Amino acid sequence: MPPSKLAIAIHKLTSCSGCQLAFLNQGVVLLDLLNKVEIKHFIEGGINNFSAEVDIAFVEGSISTPEDLERAQHIRQHSKLVVSIGACATSGGIQALRNLSDENWLQAVYAKPEFVSSLQHSTGVAEHIKVDFELWGCPITIQQMNHFIQQLLLGSKPKPSGEKLCMDCKRQQQVCVLVTQQAPCLGPVVRTGCGALCPTFGRACYGCFGPSEQPNCDSLANQFAGLGLVSVEVAQRFAAIHSHSQPFRDQFHRWQTIHAKEVE
Amino acid sequence: MIKHFLARQHLDQLFSVLSNAGYQVVGPTVKDNAIVFTELSHVEQLPWGRQEIAKPGHYQLTDTSTNRCFAWNTGPQGLKPWLFKPEQPLWQAEQTEQGLCFRQASIEAHPIAVIGLRGCDLAALKLQDQHFLQGPYPDPYYQAQREQLFIIAVNCAQSAETCFCVSTGDGPEATHSFDLVLDELEEGYLMGCGSEQGQAIFQQLTLGPQVSKDQLHTAQKQLADASQQQRQMPDEDSLLKLTENLEHPQWQDVADRCLACGNCTLVCPTCFCSKQESTSDIKLQQAEQVRLWDSCFSEQHGYIAGKLFRPEIRHRYRQWLLHKLANWQQQYGRSGCVGCGRCISWCPVGIDLVAEAQILVKGTPHEPTDR
Ligand code: SF4
Ligand code: SF4
Ligand code: SF4
Ligand code: SF4
Repeated sequence: MPPSKLAIAIHKLTSCSGCQLAFLNQGVVLLDLLNKVEIKHFIEGGINNFSAEVDIAFVEGSISTPEDLERAQHIRQHSKLVVSIGACATSGGIQALRNLSDENWLQAVYAKPEFVSSLQHSTGVAEHIKVDFELWGCPITIQQMNHFIQQLLLGSKPKPSGEKLCMDCKRQQQVCVLVTQQAPCLGPVVRTGCGALCPTFGRACYGCFGPSEQPNCDSLANQFAGLGLVSVEVAQRFAAIHSHSQPFRDQFHRWQTIHAKEVE
Repeated sequence: MIKHFLARQHLDQLFSVLSNAGYQVVGPTVKDNAIVFTELSHVEQLPWGRQEIAKPGHYQLTDTSTNRCFAWNTGPQGLKPWLFKPEQPLWQAEQTEQGLCFRQASIEAHPIAVIGLRGCDLAALKLQDQHFLQGPYPDPYYQAQREQLFIIAVNCAQSAETCFCVSTGDGPEATHSFDLVLDELEEGYLMGCGSEQGQAIFQQLTLGPQVSKDQLHTAQKQLADASQQQRQMPDEDSLLKLTENLEHPQWQDVADRCLACGNCTLVCPTCFCSKQESTSDIKLQQAEQVRLWDSCFSEQHGYIAGKLFRPEIRHRYRQWLLHKLANWQQQYGRSGCVGCGRCISWCPVGIDLVAEAQILVKGTPHEPTDR
């Protein structure tokens, strides 16, 4: 049986701090949650004890600086379970777009780049330390977080779901925007979690929840090209929120180097 | 069947008579660029003059020059979501002082009259009835709504490019399972009755005398026109050959294109697979078990005893075609495909199951190896 109250820490590396709001935005439910967990470290919530020993460390943010890397290693040593939360922690986040560029953006953006200390690439936490579970999403949702904690409290191993967004989209009986509007929807290769938010508003999915199980990105990208997107546009569809995740990165490189005509 | 004439301006009577009889009218309307079945309150909401252009991976509405409201054939869903709900709570549990207390989820059903169903939709209904009602454990949620269903079918006056109901024997004429049936003509409707409940509604309408020979002839001609279809599903005996061609190279060919997204199975009016998930509140005082639409294209659908039985997309596409077209014959006495063409138009990459089946029923150059 798990302990009656789980000791947790909520850490932040390079990120926008949006995923941590899954704790703060709970409203009154937060009080119920606090009967089940004890928060040992959570700077956004005013609790600062970075080295506390905990059952679960939730880690938001990517490994983007040498300091991020050190902190991730420190967190690992002080936590029974490490759980990465959000796009940054799971796949390097939007800031991982810099991994795709050959140009020296640091020079172009900052007047004194020598004061900026960052790693060449922004990467997910699991590329550097052992991660026990990953909660994908940009941002993750309250439901996702609570469902995960409930499973641990009940003593069951959280079940990862890589289900495709189309499944959720169809359950909600949204009309497919790819079929009716030829919109380049990423739903068939993206994991559910958002409740099919974009298709609900008649928009193509941007891929906030990262690659799904068995993502056949080759075929979907070919279809985008068939719908009239030029190669650079196809590449850009995959280079957004999870550009550093393997299947999307592969697709980006494929479309940077091939001409749409070769696929037809 | 004796048919009577209902003038177009009297179609709204049908709505009011149904509504007075306690039915919520459900029918087609235009929503988000498609023909969608929804609760309707007036005839103006029907898709007047609209028709779909359906092709593999493509569905678009267009205006026709007619003043008809049934000039279309199908939308993304038929009757399925009204009976087999995409999300169905099954039971709740509560932690009480006496211990855990379980309750069956409430059964919510109300009388609905669905207007606009086609021959393929009714064939699919019959198959879903077999699955949900005629086994040893009838599904109470499906059953409750099924018992309060009134059906106004429509004979198809045209076929979409994706339709192939003639080859499966399920259309374009509606021949069973309806309470009322309509033929839509330029000047109005021919209405026939298929049940006592249908008769009761029928009698309250302002109907013309028995219809003229010309009108019957036009209705027959419309059905003949609708029967001109481009696609033909191989016959059931040929489809059984799919089970002998498990190592056909075409399975990999289609897997290269297939996204394993499950759209085909979820728009299919006969697919019935589901999964269950449990949720609880954060206090762990209350739990709920929910049944959700699932698909054999999902990874976990083939996850049994720690093993993925259909690890690759070719295995999943093979499961869909083998179950739908061949194994269904043993299970329910006929193929599970009623020729509606939905899986063809709503597949994001336009995979055509008829074209695939035609290739796959032909022998393979290799001997089967993994049987
Ligand atoms: S709109 Fe997007 S997510 Fe929805 S079914 Fe179509 S492709 Fe899938
Ligand atoms: S298999 Fe396709 S064409 Fe056949 S009934 Fe299902 S959705 Fe319609
Ligand atoms: S074809 Fe697949 S989703 Fe449809 S009923 Fe069979 S196993 Fe289920
Ligand atoms: S056949 Fe089409 S709709 Fe079905 S799973 Fe494959 S890509 Fe999706």
